[in-house]
Amino acid sequence: MKNRAIALAILAGLFLFAGYAVFFIAPDEATMHAIQRIFYFHASSGWAAIEASAVVFFANVAYLVNRKPKWDWLAVSAAEVGLAFWSVILVTGPIWAHPVWGIWWAWDWRLTLTLILWVLYVSYLILRTLIADYERRAAASAIFGIFIFLGVPLDYLSIRIWRTQHPQPVVFGGPNSGLDPTMLKVFLYCGCLMSLLMVFLIWQRYRIESLRYRAEELRLAADEREENQDEARLSSLRSS
Amino acid sequence: MTVARAAAIVWRKEIRAEMRTKELLQTTVTFVIIVVVLFSFAFEPAAVQAKEYGPGLLWIALLFASSLMLSPSFAKEQSNDTIYALRMAPVSPFAIYMGKMMANLSFLIITEAILLPVFAVLYNVSLWPVIGRLALVLLLGTFGLSVTGTVFSAVATQARMREVLLPLLLLPISVPLLIASVEATAELFAEPAVLDRTWLSVLVAFDVIFFAAAWLLSDYLLEE
Amino acid sequence: MAASAAHIPLGVTYDQVEKRYGTFVALRKVSLAISAGECVALLGPNGSGKTTLLKMAALLVRPTSGRVNFSANEPMDVNRARRHIAMVGHNILVYDELTARENLEFFAQLNELENPRERAAEALENVGLASRADYLVRTFSRGMRQRLAIARALLPSPSLLLLDEPAAGLDHQGLLWLAQTLRNFRASGRTIIMSTHARNEVTDIFTRAIAIAAGRVQRDTGATGNPQPLLEELKVGA
Repeated sequence: MKNRAIALAILAGLFLFAGYAVFFIAPDEATMHAIQRIFYFHASSGWAAIEASAVVFFANVAYLVNRKPKWDWLAVSAAEVGLAFWSVILVTGPIWAHPVWGIWWAWDWRLTLTLILWVLYVSYLILRTLIADYERRAAASAIFGIFIFLGVPLDYLSIRIWRTQHPQPVVFGGPNSGLDPTMLKVFLYCGCLMSLLMVFLIWQRYRIESLRYRAEELRLAADEREENQDEARLSSLRSS
Repeated sequence: MTVARAAAIVWRKEIRAEMRTKELLQTTVTFVIIVVVLFSFAFEPAAVQAKEYGPGLLWIALLFASSLMLSPSFAKEQSNDTIYALRMAPVSPFAIYMGKMMANLSFLIITEAILLPVFAVLYNVSLWPVIGRLALVLLLGTFGLSVTGTVFSAVATQARMREVLLPLLLLPISVPLLIASVEATAELFAEPAVLDRTWLSVLVAFDVIFFAAAWLLSDYLLEE
Repeated sequence: MAASAAHIPLGVTYDQVEKRYGTFVALRKVSLAISAGECVALLGPNGSGKTTLLKMAALLVRPTSGRVNFSANEPMDVNRARRHIAMVGHNILVYDELTARENLEFFAQLNELENPRERAAEALENVGLASRADYLVRTFSRGMRQRLAIARALLPSPSLLLLDEPAAGLDHQGLLWLAQTLRNFRASGRTIIMSTHARNEVTDIFTRAIAIAAGRVQRDTGATGNPQPLLEELKVGA
């Protein structure tokens, strides 16, 4: 409890500073001005999302090898947190694009790839809700999760080539080319901060999952004790 | 017993069982034709546009058909618990998977063989000049669908709503395959018809990667 | 029933076997040693763990902890033992959409048996289904389906036969036939483990009775004891 409070306090502080940095320290961008600042959260969420997805893959493999429930808890936690970050990108992208280009969505390769990954992780989570048994759910989602991860390079390749063959307005080409040093510093700071947030969120979600499991174990044990007591009472009645 | 031999035995059984009723083939072929026809109500099928929309239509129809057709692959082993009989036999899970995958591939190829002429006639597209190359693209794409779809059939069998679940799993994973197949097919419909090496490589990569994944994970596919 | 190729005497040992399904514990540290040639009755209410024990011996389920070992005079590894084990489950484990003959030929081939056609035909003879060999299983009555299920299980001449309530749904004729089949099977020194409610079945074939409840062994008449009193006691109806 105390650890959590401390972690939250630290994170809150870091985020406050991030807000300050993004709005006051980072210089104004030449063409897009204020709206460009959303980039710091947009792109750093991207890094956090990718990291979370890597954790999902790792947990999936670990579960199949090892079969310990904790890997499944880690997988679902990382998948949910990852999905949250992928969602942030999908929401901040259009918010950025609209004032600049007047369109909400362009089939820009980055956004398209994000959309596919978002759909894949939604499917992953839906698969999980449809299987009641713990081990089957863990094994089935581990297999699907591994397939998702193995498909990512191909997703990237095919979408990238596809978009080069059918050029679209490049919405997000700017940020990576020639980043001003101060901007870079703020960006790196936000990147690390998002990763920290990701770790914190996964940790909390993992805790919930392990507590749920433990609660169910206790409930079953209590039920069994009750049954045994009933049995004992009945047999003593019978024999008397 | 070698994997190939065991897979062949399973493959033969699957074909024989399907040929008894032909339920799956009939419904799949009918569905695919319905999609193709319905498409014409959504888009005016002038000859010029047919070349633009044709590849997309073809592959979307195939994707939908696969989603329907692949779901029962492992699901039907549940009705009499025959999956236990398969698992108890001294054959590797990969052989069982392969047998079913090859059967699904066979059924999809039969569906395509019927779909293509229907499509060519309804949309006035001349497929004959490119038929060899088109067959190659179709084969590579269908192989990929069968490899992944059979895995997901095993996965979905463990879950509720498995008929709806399978498309939910298969379609997003198939994105690279869809893009590559549609683009390669479109290049074949263009003047002059070109067999695009880049997209072919993507298709081959898809097939190889996911087939290898299926092989590595086959032990876990069938477990309880 | 023709005694097929010489079999190996197969015994199975459960060593501190535990099975959990998520948080539900199906088996709690069960230890049992069953020797070759025994005919064991597994008794207990639904959900007691009988099916799990049988499935473990059939290698369909892996223990969460502990081990299942096989021995044929000397320890035998699981992959070799697999060929000598068969199970008759709650369900019939054959395909409705194929004929009886097609089913048995398929499984004979899959089990790498020599002369699969002949073996299938012989198995059909033995269970009295030769006249219905080329009919779809879908058209079979409950009794016929059960007979086919047993024919399938006996195809590879297993040394260890596991049965999960095989008498369920059988009429009196069927029960007599089942008992006789099992007697023949036993006569060749093979091992049987069968879960049962000890209700209507002919119970003279058993050499041992084990009562299970809540994932634990409650009573065990042992390898040399007399199972009949326990079977009598736990009979529900007669």
